Amino acid sequence: MAQFEPVLTRYVKEPGSYTLDFHVQHGGYEAMRKAVAMTPDAIIDELKKSGLRGRGGAGFPTGMKWGFVPKDNPKPKYLLINADESEPGTFKDHVLLERNPHLLFEGCVIGCRAIGAKVCYIYIRGEFYHMQRQLEAEIAKARAAGYLGPNILGSGQDCEIYVHRGAGAYEAGEETALIESLEGKRAQPRIKPPFPAVVGLYGCPTVVNNVETVCNVPPIIERGAAWFAAIGPEKNQGPKLFCVSGHVKRPGTYEAHMGITLRELIYDYAGGIRNDRKIKAIIPGGSSVNVILPDKLDTQASFDALVAAGTMLGSAACIVMDETTDMVWAAKNLIHFYKHESCGKCTPCREGVDWLYKILDKISRGDGEMRDIDLLLNVCNNIGGKTLCPFGDAEIAPVVSTIQHFRHEYEAYIKQGIATPADYRSASPAGAH
Amino acid sequence: MSFHPRMPYGEGWHKSDRQLPEEGPPFAYSDENRRRFEDIAAHYPPEQRKSAILAALYIAQEQQGYVSRHVIRHVAQVIGCTPADVEDVVTYYVMFFTKPVGTYVLQVCRTLSCALNGAERVTDEICKHLHVRPGETDATGTFTVQEFECLGACDRAPVVMINNEHWQEHQRPEDIPRFLEDLRRRGLSALSGCHLVPAGEREPR
Repeated sequence: MAQFEPVLTRYVKEPGSYTLDFHVQHGGYEAMRKAVAMTPDAIIDELKKSGLRGRGGAGFPTGMKWGFVPKDNPKPKYLLINADESEPGTFKDHVLLERNPHLLFEGCVIGCRAIGAKVCYIYIRGEFYHMQRQLEAEIAKARAAGYLGPNILGSGQDCEIYVHRGAGAYEAGEETALIESLEGKRAQPRIKPPFPAVVGLYGCPTVVNNVETVCNVPPIIERGAAWFAAIGPEKNQGPKLFCVSGHVKRPGTYEAHMGITLRELIYDYAGGIRNDRKIKAIIPGGSSVNVILPDKLDTQASFDALVAAGTMLGSAACIVMDETTDMVWAAKNLIHFYKHESCGKCTPCREGVDWLYKILDKISRGDGEMRDIDLLLNVCNNIGGKTLCPFGDAEIAPVVSTIQHFRHEYEAYIKQGIATPADYRSASPAGAH
Repeated sequence: MSFHPRMPYGEGWHKSDRQLPEEGPPFAYSDENRRRFEDIAAHYPPEQRKSAILAALYIAQEQQGYVSRHVIRHVAQVIGCTPADVEDVVTYYVMFFTKPVGTYVLQVCRTLSCALNGAERVTDEICKHLHVRPGETDATGTFTVQEFECLGACDRAPVVMINNEHWQEHQRPEDIPRFLEDLRRRGLSALSGCHLVPAGEREPR
């Protein structure tokens, strides 16, 4: 196993790691102290030099994103933290919010300093209510200690952090949909351009960042861009949280650099496959990316290497399926998710995903016809790239990639006319001992 | 006489899918809840009170147990928007109940990571045990069963959320009868809690 000193999750297993006292005792708020004395340009430069890329899924350079905010715009500016972690298989921000919230607050202040904002909203998914209460209590403590609120540490920088609770909408994870939801509307995406950096929340310049991205900022400011840039492969630098779930022995969040391979992640960190079965398929970046076969196990788990392998790092949520998994059933399960979560704004996505589900359901009932496979691909072809947000591309990934790699399973369903076997429904959970 | 050609879709083609919440009893915030709402509304610029709409609905749901048409009208009045704006939001987000629910709403995650670990059987067992289908409340009014999409705790699969905020992890299908009995007898303290932090404790196990 590659040796790696965790940065973001170093203390998460220690008692009280979420408290202000613990954070301050372990060198917390030092980066913020340094940053509030820096100019916004210097902070953005440092981030650009570090090579930090957004951890939410798209991998867009964070320094560049912050640099897009117009300085001469007289309107207030906003920093939004995307804690609407809903990508199936992803639970990395969960750990950070639960066990290391002050690192996030510190990053928020630095972000506000860099883009000229005074207010930061943390948009937390509705299911994380227990964390909202804890976050608000910790914000109050940090504010009382002078780390948040007006005139932080006498620097003249103001930063108020509020937690905004969503109410169960996957689509709110898309940045413009998140803004709509925060404005009190349905979480539906906007047409881009204009980009949120120019016209965002309440029509003001806005930056939306993932929790993990912002948590990476304080270490960069504290230890320098060169330290950060030296971690992991070129253009994929820095510590990264990986979530491994599915048929593995030790599902969980693991921190590593992006030079590790999927094999190391699954076999060394997550302990290998339960009952020592073989791997059938891997979804390396949350349900929205293409399924890959175990022959790609030695691929680096980095943004660029996984794109070269025909898939994506996405939110770094690795779902592992063993040899007993029924791939038609798995595709149908994910399409049920997308059918439920489609926001309904763009016709190809809203109608298309409904058709995908109907056809998959027909096949898995044993009523499919051979032409249904091509019909599925045809429908996918009419969704991909034809919607406002990446949801359309996401929802076709499970169908297109399972047909590409497991067409024979679809054909077997159709030829034999059998339904998904009831005994497929999987056995006892992995972690329950 | 319509200018459309005859459609082969049969009855109901033009039926609206609009699903209105129940009318419910008259509703107004208690004084304390009204104060709580105003505290949250102060997080947003004064002209953007609509941002607090989700919080307003959560508070109402906490007070009455579900969101009725009376709630929608009251929330619209408190925020200063139209009831249609509020209905738009209520019918989009899944965490608002639009009809009365049981004391414990069991929200079973059904998405891939949980499904690979037996979530379908968890739902089956619960439904079999309570004689309900997903979405329904049992005869005693104690349990409502819902299927939820990914809850964001895939390492603890299969996961069940209770009443939008409490968690039960690693729910084995074979333990369902005991789990329901425990919940009925001991209430929320029967739950395992979420992730690293068990219910009633503040530290990881």
